[in-house]
Amino acid sequence: MRKVPITLTVNGQPRTVSVWPMERLLDVIREQLALTGTKEGCGEGECGACSILFDGQIANSCLIPALQADGSEITTIEGIGCGEELTAVQRAFVECGGAQCGICTPGMIVAAVALLRQNPEPSEADLRQGLAGNLCRCTGYMRIFEAVRSACKEGRLRQ
Amino acid sequence: MRAYIPGYELCVPRTLTEALERMAAEPGRWRPFAGGTDLMVLLEAGKLNHRCFLSIWRLPELREIVIASDSVTLGCLTTYTDVLRHETLRREFPLLALAAAETGGVATQNRGTLGGNIANASPAADTPPALLVCDAEVELLSSRGSRWLPYREFHTGYKTTLLRADELLARIRLPRNIAGLRHYYRKVGTRNAQAISKVCFAGVRNESTGEVRIALGSVAPVPMRCWKTEAVIREGRDGPAALAAEIAPIDDIRSTAAYRLRVAQSLLKEFLDS
Repeated sequence: MRKVPITLTVNGQPRTVSVWPMERLLDVIREQLALTGTKEGCGEGECGACSILFDGQIANSCLIPALQADGSEITTIEGIGCGEELTAVQRAFVECGGAQCGICTPGMIVAAVALLRQNPEPSEADLRQGLAGNLCRCTGYMRIFEAVRSACKEGRLRQ
Repeated sequence: MRAYIPGYELCVPRTLTEALERMAAEPGRWRPFAGGTDLMVLLEAGKLNHRCFLSIWRLPELREIVIASDSVTLGCLTTYTDVLRHETLRREFPLLALAAAETGGVATQNRGTLGGNIANASPAADTPPALLVCDAEVELLSSRGSRWLPYREFHTGYKTTLLRADELLARIRLPRNIAGLRHYYRKVGTRNAQAISKVCFAGVRNESTGEVRIALGSVAPVPMRCWKTEAVIREGRDGPAALAAEIAPIDDIRSTAAYRLRVAQSLLKEFLDS
């Protein structure tokens, strides 16, 4: 088997990279695109540390073969903020202590953003369901939930 | 240990016809690859023995949900998220929506497909018990033609199915005849999201006639429709005792046979009392 070129849109920019067809998109993102905000936790789709938006929907990048990303549009944690400027969700994670060791944080924020785009006023059950695929071994989750609730509140105030 | 990635082939046919022709030209060489939520886990663990795959993820013909007067036909690429967002499915097949909601987290629901869940043929899969209760039919498609068969006949043993080497599980058809019945679906595992089940149970009950349909996962080598138990319940006899005789749970890393049996009987009682 040979490496093949794929073209995809990464955080709004078109990029072409050469990949092994079954290579994990996670490895392409970290090693070829040098976007190391996306983390590897379990490598088997259980922990959510490698969450990205894949054609607008949250997905575990460790479970996407690189060739399937040809022609796709992906958003990584680097594409969630705007340069130095934090989004409401990111600010709320800082303010509420939603991040500790930081390994789950990029995936957690991508999951929170995906949830709020789909459902700007999530119920407590929606919130837990939306983040159920992301594991955190530091915070005990309460501060993470608090951060997402706080970001929703801020979203409401700004409207 | 991780697999040697350059040793795997993945090709992207542009059309369904092209995919079927490739499968027919070299039977057994190419296998379909959809959302990857099972196959990539095997790959990462170094346990994906098959080497050559056809990515069907972007074939639109396999993603359609078609509503007819007496049935709903789902393309094999229908994801759990597609099920959860589809109004007719949620309204008429709540047990399928419950099964979809219990499968993984949102990231898995966005990529995992019903066709993959069936063809992967795990006895612990979440949607097969619901599909068995729905009296689903499946279409096995090849360049030779199409054949529809009752889903209950599809699994022939542990991880073995009626799929031939050149066939693709293309569509799933659900008769629209259980909308008004009481639906029940419950999965028992170590954690609500992201855990493979120790036991999962799907059932529908007609409250006026007392008729029931029951299927379980993780209690036998295949997802199992429990016909004998259904008949015993219909006759007003002891359902949990019949269930114990009908299922064949085992000890494995996730649970024990004794625990599975007890949970299966408790779920049946909860279903009958619901």
